[in-house]
Amino acid sequence: MSTGLPEPTRERDDRLLLDVRGLTVRFPTPDGVVQAVSDVSFQLRRGETLGVVGESGSGKSVSNLAIMGLLNRARTVISGEVEFKGRDLLTLSTDALRTVRGKEIAMVFQDPFACLHPMYRVGAQIAEAVTAHEDVPRERAWARAVELLDHVGIPNATSRARDYPHQFSGGMRQRAMIAMALVHNPDILICDEPTTALDVTVQAQILELIESVKREFDIGVILVTHDLGVVAETANSVMVMYAGRVMEYGPANGIFSRPQHPYAWGLLDSMPSVERRLDALVPIEGSPPSLLTPPSGCPFHPRCPYRFEPCATERPPLEAPNADAHLDACWLPWDKKVQLGLQRAKKVAA
Amino acid sequence: MSDNGGSSAADTLVEVQHLTKRFAVKQGVFARGHAQVHAVEDVSFEVRRGETLGIVGESGCGKSTTARLILRLLELTGGTVRFDGHDISKLSQRRLRPLRREMQMIFQDPYASLNPRKTVGQIIGAPFAIHGVKGAKTRVQELLETVGLSPEHYNRYPHEFSGGQRQRIGVARALALSPKLIVCDEPVSALDVSIQAQVLNLLRSLQRDFNLTYVFITHDLSVLRQIADRIAVMYLGRLVEIGESEQIYDAPKHPYTAALLSAVPRAGTDPRERIMLGGDVPSPIAPPPACVFHPRCPRFHRGHCDVEAPELRELAPHQRAACHYPLERWPMSDAEVRQAEGARREDRPHLEGAAHEV
Repeated sequence: MSTGLPEPTRERDDRLLLDVRGLTVRFPTPDGVVQAVSDVSFQLRRGETLGVVGESGSGKSVSNLAIMGLLNRARTVISGEVEFKGRDLLTLSTDALRTVRGKEIAMVFQDPFACLHPMYRVGAQIAEAVTAHEDVPRERAWARAVELLDHVGIPNATSRARDYPHQFSGGMRQRAMIAMALVHNPDILICDEPTTALDVTVQAQILELIESVKREFDIGVILVTHDLGVVAETANSVMVMYAGRVMEYGPANGIFSRPQHPYAWGLLDSMPSVERRLDALVPIEGSPPSLLTPPSGCPFHPRCPYRFEPCATERPPLEAPNADAHLDACWLPWDKKVQLGLQRAKKVAA
Repeated sequence: MSDNGGSSAADTLVEVQHLTKRFAVKQGVFARGHAQVHAVEDVSFEVRRGETLGIVGESGCGKSTTARLILRLLELTGGTVRFDGHDISKLSQRRLRPLRREMQMIFQDPYASLNPRKTVGQIIGAPFAIHGVKGAKTRVQELLETVGLSPEHYNRYPHEFSGGQRQRIGVARALALSPKLIVCDEPVSALDVSIQAQVLNLLRSLQRDFNLTYVFITHDLSVLRQIADRIAVMYLGRLVEIGESEQIYDAPKHPYTAALLSAVPRAGTDPRERIMLGGDVPSPIAPPPACVFHPRCPRFHRGHCDVEAPELRELAPHQRAACHYPLERWPMSDAEVRQAEGARREDRPHLEGAAHEV
C-alpha cells in the first residue's frame, strides 16, 4: 500500500477535487419512493483513491451516477451539493455538464463488452471520444487513440487499434475503456466495479494499471466495488455504504485495522479468507432492507447483533467518536466499541 | 494415470480417467473451415466419498465442462467416468436414469435456474415427480426446513425470495432424492458477501449431516479454501495441479497455482510479492504446444517447456503437478520464481518488472 491519506490538517486545500455534501437521490415509482441514496458526504483529493464498498442496493453506484449527472433528471429527485472545482455539478445545465463529463470526470464501467460498440473499430471509438470535446482532424484523433492504447499496455497498438471489440480479450477491452477515459486528461476517474467481470490474474493487471494512471496523471480515483480485498489493496480512503447511507468513512488502514461499525465488522468477518480455513464463517443474519421502506433509525439495526435502545428510533450521525477515530454512524459508546473490537480481533487472530 | 496410492476403490465415488471433450466450431466465410475447441484434455482424478473436491481456474479453463461431463450432461469425446463403480460414459439414457438420482447439481445463477412460473413446492417436488416417489409434499416441507426456509414457503413463487433464499431453494432441490454426489457450479458467486457466508455454512453443515460428496467449481480461491478438502487446478483444459487443500494453499508446486494465489486481493495488511502474469489466457482453439502455460510462465525454459509436454507427477505425498520446473518453496519472491536454471528474461519481455510490492 502506498501513501496514506493527505494530512487532515487544513492547509489551503488546492488538492481538493470533489466535495460532496448531503447527496440524496430519490426515485419516485408507482410502488413508492425508492430512497436510493441518503445524505452522503465525502471528499476526493488529487492522488487519492477512494474505495466505495457495499453490497448490492447499498447506493454505491447510484451516488456516482448522480455525481456524473447520468440519472434522468425527469424521473429522479436529487438534492445536496457536488462541488467540483468551484462549481456545483447538480445545478449545471445539461450542456455545461456534458463538457465536464468525459472531459474532466471520466468513468469506467463494469462490463467493457457492453460499453464498446461491437461494429466500430476500437481505435475509432477512442478517436470519437477525442473529437467529442476537441476540434481536431481525424488523423490526429486516430493517432491519439493509438498512443493511448499503447500507453495502457495494448501490445502492437497500431494494428490492434484497427480491431473490433470482439477481437479483444476481456482484460484488453477494459484497458481500452481506460484509454478512452484518459482521452482528455480528466481530473477524476470513476471506476464502477472495473474488475468484477475479469479473471483474477487479469484483475491484478487492471488494478495495477489504474494505480499507475492515477500516479502519472495526478488524478483522483473513485473505485466502487463489492470486493473488500480489491479496496484493501488499492484505496487510500474507504467509504462503507449500507441501504443508501454512509456507515463508516476514513483512511483505508484505519477501516481495515480498526473498523468501528458493526456492519463493517460483519462484512469483514463474512469475507472468506484465502489465508486460512475458518471453522465457520460468520454471516450477517437476515438480508438487506427494501429501499422503499428503509428501517427507521439506523438502517442496519434490524440485522445488528449489538442494537440497543436508540438504534430503532433515532438515526446516528456520521461523526468521529474521538480525535483518534474515523467517522462512523453508530450509537454504540466508544468504550463498548473498543471492547467489541478487541474481542473481534482476538477471535480473528485465534 | 493411477491415482493417489492407498485409497481403495470403496472410498472412491467418482473416478475420471483421460477425460477429453472437444467442441467443433465453424470458422471462416460460409463456415467452411472446421476447428475444435479443446475444452477438456486428458484430465484424470478421483473424488472420494464424503469429501469436497474443488476445481478452480479462470474462465475458459474447462472447469464447468468437466462438471457437466462428470454428470454426463455432455457426451464425452474420450476417456471414462466411473460413478460408484459403474462406467457411466457409455450408458444409454435409460440405463443412466436410476443413477441420476444419486448425482445432482447446484447452479450459479439463482435467478435463471428456477422456473418463475412454478411454486417452490413444484420446483423442489419435481425430482420426486420425475422419479415417481410418493409423499412428496411432506418431504418438500422437511427439505425447506433443512435448508433454513420455512415450510409455509411451499406455495410461494421464486420472485418472492432474495438471491440467497433462492440459492437455498436450489440446494433443497438438489437434496431431494438424497443424492450421493452434488456438483456445485459457482454456487455463491452471484451472492453478496454476507449472504455468501450463509450459503457456504449451509453447504458445510449439510455435508456433515448427510455425508454428501461435493465437486465444487469456482474461480474464487478464498471461497474454495473454506470448503474444499482437495483441490484441482485447471488451465486451458488441462489439470495442472491437484493436491490436499493445505498443500495447494501453503505449498503450491505449479507456477500457475502460485500466480493465481498471489493475484487474490486480500484485506490483510502485510506487504507481499505478487507474481504478475502477463498477457491473457490463449485461445483453446489453438492451444500452445507442449506445456500450455509456457507463454505466460515465469519459469519458462526455452527448448524444454515449449517442446515437451510435462506429465502430471507426484511432487509430495498426494500432491501432483504438471511442470518441468516446479516451485521449491512458498512463498517465493518474484526473483526466486524466475531463478530456475535457464529462465531468460530477454525471451519474456512482457514479464519485465512484473513483481510488485503490494
